Amino acid sequence: MLNYDLVVVGGGPAGMAAALAAKAEGVEKIVILERAETLGGILEQCIHTGFGLHYFGEELSGPEYAGRFIEQVEKTDIDVFTDTMVLNISENNVVTAVNNSEGLMQFQAIAVVLAMGCRERPRGALSIAGSRPAGIMTAGTAQKYVNIDGYMPGKKVVILGSGDIGLIMARRMTLEGAEVKVVCELMPYSGGLTRNIVQCLDDFGIPLRLSCTVVKTHGKERLEGVTIAKVDERLQPIPGTEEYIECDTLLLSVGLIPENELSKDVGVELDRVTSGPVVDEYRETVRPGIFACGNVLQVHDLVDYVTEESQIAGKGAADYIFGKKKGGAFINTKGIDGVRYIVPQRVNIEGEENLKLYFRVGQVYKGAKVVVECDGEILSSRKKVKLAPGEMENVVITPEMLKKMNKNSEIIVRVEE
Amino acid sequence: MKKSLICVSCPLGCPIEVEIENGEVISVSGNTCKRGDAYARAEITNPVRSLTTSIKVEDGCHPVVPVKSSGPVPKDKMFECMQVINSATVKAPVKIGDVVIKNILGLGVDIVATNCDCGK
Repeated sequence: MLNYDLVVVGGGPAGMAAALAAKAEGVEKIVILERAETLGGILEQCIHTGFGLHYFGEELSGPEYAGRFIEQVEKTDIDVFTDTMVLNISENNVVTAVNNSEGLMQFQAIAVVLAMGCRERPRGALSIAGSRPAGIMTAGTAQKYVNIDGYMPGKKVVILGSGDIGLIMARRMTLEGAEVKVVCELMPYSGGLTRNIVQCLDDFGIPLRLSCTVVKTHGKERLEGVTIAKVDERLQPIPGTEEYIECDTLLLSVGLIPENELSKDVGVELDRVTSGPVVDEYRETVRPGIFACGNVLQVHDLVDYVTEESQIAGKGAADYIFGKKKGGAFINTKGIDGVRYIVPQRVNIEGEENLKLYFRVGQVYKGAKVVVECDGEILSSRKKVKLAPGEMENVVITPEMLKKMNKNSEIIVRVEE
Repeated sequence: MKKSLICVSCPLGCPIEVEIENGEVISVSGNTCKRGDAYARAEITNPVRSLTTSIKVEDGCHPVVPVKSSGPVPKDKMFECMQVINSATVKAPVKIGDVVIKNILGLGVDIVATNCDCGK
């Protein structure tokens, strides 16, 4: 059994930022366990720029953003195990992992940070008719093929889903010589950032079809085409609107799911909307000493926010290790009227610092107000030019606001049109 | 003439209105920072984009290493740049920031590695 103060599961941007934050707080023995062959996580294959504008004030590519943290980790005495798969976390915070050189390992931790990130929703999660020919894959898989392995998975491409990865891959495949015929989006709005629609689709004349989906795939050995169709308000395909599109590749960018198998096994309560753990403002889960941050907690659109969140978790873990974690009365946060969820789900009313509640809305709003209220009293109300499901928002709760609350209070965030 | 744009300078994606007269930009509104103003003016006169792609590596631990243009390149030169990059090869080891193609197409922009490959 190896003894550590802090075990971080996952060496992507979340894991590294949490480990570094804990180190900066003076935590001595820290280890990062990473499944891939290097630190960096998914950023290693995100070679486009747009990372770091908030955190570093400059526009970096994914590997560059990760590189800055890898460099910092290497300067510290944080231990790193790569090619290492975590199998289990026990109730007394023993982390069991395995790799080729060491075999089975057990780490006794005081605190654990969950930073496993998320997975793409696969084809199996969708109900598309047709057999299983080659050429159907998630956008992230294609991204790895092109950007890490250096080969093109197809020539004529249809993309289902207009999340950022799908949009980025539309541009990437086009630049490498493929013909991207269309991007279909089930919803009446895109799930990606507006700027990605401009610079990834409009720049190359790639059509985006909203309220449209793939209903059938054609081809036995290799994909030969897809049938797309318009959908109605209930997202059901409208008969008579089917259209055949010839293609050899179908990329799926249909959502991300936090990877919480380990969390579930150790009894961490999950939020039904985020599919990530329920946490307090220090990002501690309901299991004492187990923290969560990054895409395992909630799917982010910007890595800068992952870093910010993970530093909170790293500091929280440090406070826990040193027995400094603040007690107090924790109350719930709740999103209503268009606010789909809030992270953190629990807040300490004895908190002495400003804290941010992160949330997403369920549809596009223009000129709507974001209202924060507690016990019937409006704490803040701010008009927003635009609110969209693809863009995470936040509201600030000040210590002055918290002072007005009691242990039965509930902080509500809602959209007012 | 008025033209509506979406700024691509950062993930905020501000909706910008540009007023143009005789091909010249009279006013820019809707942007929340200076970069938005610069973007809107450039978009009307000479649209540019930063280019990110990958380049073949010899003796690397991966077949390719990611690269970016050190500055933006004209939008209509993107595919020409791609041709140059795709016909070039670099030799490992490669470090972040290494210039792998200098002054591509004479545009005054370098192609720079954005990840390292220490080689086999």
